[in-house]
Amino acid sequence: MAILAKENTAGASSPPRRLGLAGRGEARAGFLFALPWMVGLTIFTIIPLLLTFYIAQTKFQIVGAPKYVGLANYAAMWIDPAMWTSARNTMFFAVVSVPIKLVIALGLALLLNRVTALSGFYRTVFYLPFLMPAVAGSIVFMLLLTPDAGPVNIALKALGFSPPDWLLDPKAALWTIILLSLWPLGVETLVFLGGLQNIPKDVSEAADLDSPRGWHKLVWITIPLISPMILFNLVIGIIYSFQVFTQALVVGGTTGKPAEATLMYMVVLYRAAFRYFNVGYAAAMATVLFVGVLLLTLLIFRTARSWVHYEGDSR
Amino acid sequence: MTTASTRRMPPRKSVQTVIYHAAMLLIAGIFLLPFYWMTISAFKNNAEIFARPVTWFPDPIRWSNIAELFNRDDFPFLIQFGNSVFYAGSVALAVCFSCSLAAYSFGCLRWRWRDLVFGLTVCALLLPGIVTFLPVYLGWSRLGLNGTYWPLITPFLFGDAFFIFMLRQFYMGVPRELLDAARLDGASEFRIWWQIALPQVWTALVIVGLFAVVYTWNEFFSPLIYLQDREDFPLSVGLFTFQANRAREWSISMAGALFAALPMVVLFLLTQRLFRQGLASSSLK
Repeated sequence: MAILAKENTAGASSPPRRLGLAGRGEARAGFLFALPWMVGLTIFTIIPLLLTFYIAQTKFQIVGAPKYVGLANYAAMWIDPAMWTSARNTMFFAVVSVPIKLVIALGLALLLNRVTALSGFYRTVFYLPFLMPAVAGSIVFMLLLTPDAGPVNIALKALGFSPPDWLLDPKAALWTIILLSLWPLGVETLVFLGGLQNIPKDVSEAADLDSPRGWHKLVWITIPLISPMILFNLVIGIIYSFQVFTQALVVGGTTGKPAEATLMYMVVLYRAAFRYFNVGYAAAMATVLFVGVLLLTLLIFRTARSWVHYEGDSR
Repeated sequence: MTTASTRRMPPRKSVQTVIYHAAMLLIAGIFLLPFYWMTISAFKNNAEIFARPVTWFPDPIRWSNIAELFNRDDFPFLIQFGNSVFYAGSVALAVCFSCSLAAYSFGCLRWRWRDLVFGLTVCALLLPGIVTFLPVYLGWSRLGLNGTYWPLITPFLFGDAFFIFMLRQFYMGVPRELLDAARLDGASEFRIWWQIALPQVWTALVIVGLFAVVYTWNEFFSPLIYLQDREDFPLSVGLFTFQANRAREWSISMAGALFAALPMVVLFLLTQRLFRQGLASSSLK
């Protein structure tokens, strides 16, 4: 206390010291302002995360106490055919839908990157599907893809294709979910568009003069310059597509109709926890999902060093 | 200036413009088709929905579908609509309050563990939700609060990683000199936040609130698990349950989907500029 008072009087004559004291008040305030969030983060994220790792090693049916069983849940996962089917479907979904979505979003962003009287209208249209509740969107797509009376198949037939029965054919059903996930790509498109609009005009014009072919400019100038946005969309897209749930549950129910073709990892996990009350097993599945997504994210960031260019980067 | 340049535009360029708009309108049409199909199907009966050839406009327009949607015993649509409004509104308010505190701390104040805590926040942002969901669910059921909105709203009173991240970007734009000047004048840290920093980011708060409303309106997983009674469901779960049990009643499903989507579409059209600003700040930079 005495020291503090001394500093205070000393500080009165020298402004820098007084700022130092303000810094101390600032530090205390910083801690206090963040305190509710730190409490929330601990209660709702950190502790539950650790508990999940623990529950994964127990037999736990919601009622009663969890019983330690070591790695038995992981062993049960290893021999569970539904888990493998869902893991395959989910990986296929992620590997196919995310790149397609990014390519379409980038294409739309390139098309949108010019000023016309209708630019605002186009941007609005491409963003709207994102606002559609996923449940509502999925139900609408089921009707759109109805084999005989749905406009999608009518259009495809008119163009000379022989479209599948999207909802009943096991080979096509997963593509229903992929199509469904491609529709709301407004966020990705606007992120790309933001990147394109940040490309300096002189760089863009120099590239136009250098090579008249737009293709060269796209590959050597545009894509490298928006590679941070590609990385962002890719990481978020992968993380979310591994957790695909709502669309799969609406289209395929808890059994992944037809013939487990739309069975997703999160649906099997949901079923295990809230239908069969096998919380230990579900926690093991959640842990595997966590490790898988973590490794994949790290892998993407590791490879990103070679293809993502940040502004001011000397390479 | 513009008219002169348009007039002097070479014919090749104007052909290009026409092709561009034709292509864009076609793509826009594809993106709007689900909305259009949903809307016309909401005003047809089942036979008309599946009739061949396809009718691109309902004839007659069956307004009675809407009346039926609002009055069904097995689908308390208006109650569920009200639940959604309550749920989305509560989360938005909670998030605006809690995140404006934490984001201020991360964006404007310097303290010892700040970067560590913020780093953890970003990690939490990327964490798959299910990894923390089960123990939290078990906790709420021990407290006997499953079947209520407490588990769905309470966590947001402490904050939310995404919205803290988003709001921090805006707080970082508040000039430090402004806060230091207030400090030299002897204002308390709380007053500096309330009277100086907060007014600088109020548009951002509105943006965060809007995003929270859209996010919560569309939220499906948590309410599906925490709520059991039809009268308690928000629209997302209500619509799912109706469709799962009455798969053949497409006109009512479509009318339900239409009225579930409409509030968000209208909200977006009214506040587009704010939405886009929020998007720009939440991605990178």
